[in-house]
Amino acid sequence: MDRFRTLAEREMARLHALARRLVGGDAEDVVQECLLRAYRSFSQLEHEQAGGKWLTSILLNCCRDDWRARGRRVEQVELDEVDEFSLFRKIADEDPFPYSDSVHLDFLHQFGSEDVRAVLASLPELYRVPLVLVHMAGYHVKEVAFMLDVPLGTMLARLHRGRKLFERQLWGYAEENGLLKEGARP
Amino acid sequence: MITCSEAVKQLWDYLDGVVEEPQRELVEEHLSFCRRCCGELEFAEELRGFLASQADDDLPSEVRARLTATLDGLDRA
Repeated sequence: MDRFRTLAEREMARLHALARRLVGGDAEDVVQECLLRAYRSFSQLEHEQAGGKWLTSILLNCCRDDWRARGRRVEQVELDEVDEFSLFRKIADEDPFPYSDSVHLDFLHQFGSEDVRAVLASLPELYRVPLVLVHMAGYHVKEVAFMLDVPLGTMLARLHRGRKLFERQLWGYAEENGLLKEGARP
Repeated sequence: MITCSEAVKQLWDYLDGVVEEPQRELVEEHLSFCRRCCGELEFAEELRGFLASQADDDLPSEVRARLTATLDGLDRA
């Protein structure tokens, strides 16, 4: 139990941060369930240095169960032409802060962590999960393909679409929430 | 030679290091003369940094207390 407890206490904050991005307000329940399942199968963990990844895989299963239990709300996101969307070009074309020399960075600086969480929550889980695992949790694309048990090509295609969706939703969120005015945020 | 559209589609994968030769060489060749796609690449890097900077591992004390209580319960079981 001591070894399990050491691992769990070390990983707890990271697991909770990841769960918040994947299941929002259910994060605490999901992490709790993850710890219970991990405890029951701790003897299956062959290399303790892989404990973090092992816990992440269990957490992903718990997240999937949470989505199912909540009736797997299918987010209504238009996918047409999303692969062609370029936030870089959109910002350059629309020029939201016409007196700025660093308009692209200024655009990103309008967003606080709650805004980003809201944008992430608007993405279908199919695309949100690889995006969060690669770009926020720092896993390599091959590790994520392994964790999600999908071929690398499938994972890369989902990641690509997830990034494009994120770019488009970020722009849409900025429009809806008045972030495209100079000085909208101090 | 590839078009801007083909290059842009691969920029993130290029940054992730998963574009294999000979496609990688084609992307780099395109970037060597296309300022606009270089801008796209720089922005993709900024966006990556922006996403990574959102990774906040602070655990609220009340959540830590409840999760620790779960582990205490397992200790006693």
